[in-house]
Amino acid sequence: MRSGAVRAATAALLVAPTLLLAACSSGSSAEDLRLPGGPTSAESATPVDLDATVYAPGGVPRPAVILAHGFGGSKADLDERARELSGRGYVVLAYSARGFGTSTGLISMNSPEFEVADASAIIDYLATRDDVLLDGAGDPRVGVAGGSYGGALALLLAGYDGRVDAVASDITWNDLQTSLFGQSGNVDAGEPGVFKSLWTGNFFGVGVVNRDGTVTECGRFTPAWCAAYTDAAARGIVTPASSELMRASSPGSVTDRITAPTLISAGESDSLFPLAQANANAQQIMAADPGTPVKVVWHGGGHDGGINESERLDGLAADWFDTHLAGTGSSTTAFELTDTSGSISVQSSGTAPVVLQAPAYPGIFGDRTAPLTLMGPAQRVLAPAGGLPALITSVPGLGGAVGSFIQRPAPGQSAYFQTEPLVEPLTMVGASTVTISVSGAGAEPVEDVTLFASLRIVGPNGRETLPAGLVAPIRLALLGAEPQQVRIELPAVVATAGVGDSLRLVVSTTDFAYRLPLEPRLYDISLADGELAVPLVDAQPVSTGIAPYWWLVGAAVIVALLALLLVRLRPRHGGVAADSVDEPLVISSLTKRYNDDYLAVDDLSFTVGRGMVLGLLGPNGAGKTTTMRMVMGLIMPTSGQIHAFGEAVYAGAPVLSRIGALVEGPGFLPHLTGRQNLDLYWRAAGRSHDDPCLDEVLEIADLGSAIDKKVRTYSQGMRQRLGIAQAMLGKPDLLMLDEPTNGLDPPQIKAMRDVLHRYVESGRTVIISSHMLSEVEQTCTDVVVMHRGRLVGAGSVADLLGDTAGKRLEDVFLEIVGDDLTVGLS
Amino acid sequence: MSAPEHTSYRPEATMPLRVEFVRQLRRRRTLIAYLLVIALPIMVSLAVKFGSNSGSGRRLGGGSADLVGLATAGAANFAVTMFFFASSFLLLVIVALFCGDTVASEASWSSLRYLLAAPIPRRRLLKQKLIVGLVLSLGAIATLPIASFIIGLIAFGSGPLESPLGATFTFTEGLWRITAIGLYIFVSLLFAAGIAFLMSVLTDAPLGAVGAAVVLVIVSNILNAIEALGSLREWLPTHYSQAWLDLLATDVVWSSMARGAAYSVVACALCVAYAVYRFDRKDVVS
Repeated sequence: MRSGAVRAATAALLVAPTLLLAACSSGSSAEDLRLPGGPTSAESATPVDLDATVYAPGGVPRPAVILAHGFGGSKADLDERARELSGRGYVVLAYSARGFGTSTGLISMNSPEFEVADASAIIDYLATRDDVLLDGAGDPRVGVAGGSYGGALALLLAGYDGRVDAVASDITWNDLQTSLFGQSGNVDAGEPGVFKSLWTGNFFGVGVVNRDGTVTECGRFTPAWCAAYTDAAARGIVTPASSELMRASSPGSVTDRITAPTLISAGESDSLFPLAQANANAQQIMAADPGTPVKVVWHGGGHDGGINESERLDGLAADWFDTHLAGTGSSTTAFELTDTSGSISVQSSGTAPVVLQAPAYPGIFGDRTAPLTLMGPAQRVLAPAGGLPALITSVPGLGGAVGSFIQRPAPGQSAYFQTEPLVEPLTMVGASTVTISVSGAGAEPVEDVTLFASLRIVGPNGRETLPAGLVAPIRLALLGAEPQQVRIELPAVVATAGVGDSLRLVVSTTDFAYRLPLEPRLYDISLADGELAVPLVDAQPVSTGIAPYWWLVGAAVIVALLALLLVRLRPRHGGVAADSVDEPLVISSLTKRYNDDYLAVDDLSFTVGRGMVLGLLGPNGAGKTTTMRMVMGLIMPTSGQIHAFGEAVYAGAPVLSRIGALVEGPGFLPHLTGRQNLDLYWRAAGRSHDDPCLDEVLEIADLGSAIDKKVRTYSQGMRQRLGIAQAMLGKPDLLMLDEPTNGLDPPQIKAMRDVLHRYVESGRTVIISSHMLSEVEQTCTDVVVMHRGRLVGAGSVADLLGDTAGKRLEDVFLEIVGDDLTVGLS
Repeated sequence: MSAPEHTSYRPEATMPLRVEFVRQLRRRRTLIAYLLVIALPIMVSLAVKFGSNSGSGRRLGGGSADLVGLATAGAANFAVTMFFFASSFLLLVIVALFCGDTVASEASWSSLRYLLAAPIPRRRLLKQKLIVGLVLSLGAIATLPIASFIIGLIAFGSGPLESPLGATFTFTEGLWRITAIGLYIFVSLLFAAGIAFLMSVLTDAPLGAVGAAVVLVIVSNILNAIEALGSLREWLPTHYSQAWLDLLATDVVWSSMARGAAYSVVACALCVAYAVYRFDRKDVVS
């Protein structure tokens, strides 16, 4: 269920971009045509009328591609692919084969006289088009592509018509007879095989309804093919005439003449035209002329369904045409295969397909084989009367949905032979071979002996899997009590067995998809020598082009460059102003303009002398806090300098270690106690050899036992006192306190005043800002008054108050600040 | 007493790693993050042991040949499956938390200005905080398989590590595979760590920094799931975040992991570099 939904969603997502592509390639036009084909029949030379569409990209003459559809389809199936190829710069002609779509004529299964002649007539037509590139008079530059029925046509056309310049053929047959009458036993002997009744019936069923809707015995098939099918299905025989028909319609009859570069792809999940058929096509073409470029692709699809790789396959075919028609591509690898469970899916954590490549095509028996030994005694098996119950391994026409569950054969109908558990993993690529010995168990010899061999992977827990659901049909014409040796070519698969898994050969007497003998009989089956040759191929996953470590080298280079850049981008700072070494703080022409153009501090200059308690006064927004933050190196001045003890102040300047501060409230880690906060702050301050004077500052904080409680439980006043204590840790030479009396009660304020007076006695300096002017008057020796970022007054408290008795700092302050004070004192 | 003319201040002695570790380790969210990592395997093992939905075989998922189906094969498989469950979200959130919360929470406590005025040089503060954030992240990533292995040992026994691809590994082989998986997950999460760290510097809201990083990574994951984007997705920093599954093959294919690691490290470095650049020039007003 789930995988079905996933597949549907994936398909929808895959289609979306192709539709998009199709919509984008607006330059090409599609034109429907009726073209004359080959003769209608042996009796009537009138050409059939073929329904075709030409997709022309326009512009200069270009190579052409003929697209042929699968059995039961029509040119409409090819529309999307045709538009894509046309967008790539090919004149694409898609047509309905005779007997299909609205083309006239009868189905003759790609007969050379009819369907192949039709395709040659289409090449004639292409040669007359102005927009098709010509290799010579009447000889267009043309490729032909198709799958299944269309794939066979492509190969046959290349065999019969020398004008074909490139072929891309998918999931098709080499020999129609060995495809429909499967024979995997003693293949070289060429004995007729077991009739694939279900597959063949499905196909014949497609053509029984005539174009006018009536049903006749032969439907749209030619009488000759109709007779051949009836013989096989009803009587189980292949007449010499049928055999001749099938031979003529088989690419295998002309593969020795094919010289056009050929891309042969085949499905690993295909019980109709298994990999062995594609293998024969490829090897015959290569044997005829080793110089002919041939590429073989084993993909995860096929007539039984499997996984859909059509997008990749269309891309491979297009690359093939680019290389061999347009001369622009570079299709190089000779062999690609899909290991359908070669990686782990990110989505489901189950297995997912991976594509492997090899520089040469090894054939279905691999580069080499792993010799394994099967074991098991001779076993007697029953072929049941009526052929039932039959083992179901694949369901032709339903997309082989059986893969996920393996039906156990009915008891007594199968012989089992098994290997030892594997000690190292094994990926088989191709057809394993084994030889068994079979004899009839009855007194009389039996005819039409039918057996099915399959190679399964059995896990340590007994779980059994049958790769791709494929079985090898075996038919022996006659069998007596004398044992016959049968060399079995098992189905070619791509499958991995892990450590601890065993391989199990199962030889059964039934399979649902095949025509089975109806009389019951018994056979004795044993291993001939027990040797199981498993094919191995040296193939690598498609690489990303460069070796993995280059990615890491690249990353390291980028990281190094970034680090260098950061070193270059380190902010620069001014030097030492040696003339003011003694002054704790010299501020000169300090200006801070924020990004929003607000001028917080405007050309501020003042000096704080040693031993002073300086009061920094000003209404809200006067720039006091901004100034203090600049002195702490937290805010960058727009212009001007700050020097403390003769050293420039900037972010992280070492001289900041001589300044202690509390600005805009304390900041502590709420999950730690007051003591832990002070301790960790001191240890973070980088002054490991100085005395933090912890006892003294704790006394000032006056927190009692609360010092060992978490800061989040503190009141505002407790935090404030702890903040002052933190600022005084290590007794900094300059102490800067913003509103130090916030949250303190009168006795604590009094105590604080004494602390500050004592603090400056030793030559240290204190700057406080406060809105309690009377408090400042009592505490400070000097004041600096700011208003709107500017210095508006400075001097000693005594000077400011002058001689006037009873004059308060408050009055002086209001005088200085003036009438435009609207916000009130802060 | 007389004022000392000079202090023993040394920039390289500020904010020792030990101090920052103590400051972070005593936080409740550090504890909760580690508890979550331990709770996940406990909950999953209890669900498998006592869950009623699986009538036969006590397996996760369909009991098929996937990683989740193999979770109960033994302690090692259980640990790998926990990685599969946790790497895409739980570990992501934890890494984003450790790296995204670190500077922003100081700003929100107002303690950042006192650290900078101490003065801890700005670049040093970032360096020490990033190191501690990454070590705590690595610790959480390491805790997951260790806890899972112990819990798996109790619940499912000590089977060898089995791969959905059919391979079975010896104990030492399995050990290095799991170690390599953990390291790769850490490297692939560096991208999230970098974004979180950058956001931590840009904003004063700790949860904003963590959230922004998680959201960005999830958006990248969503884009990565849109097949219509085709090969463009290969350039997403999270495209290869699950490439560690390649470590479960008999022959490890490193190309995806190399690419994923390169992207993640570069993305992280870009974020951290920009964070440093901005922090160098930032007016600290919090």
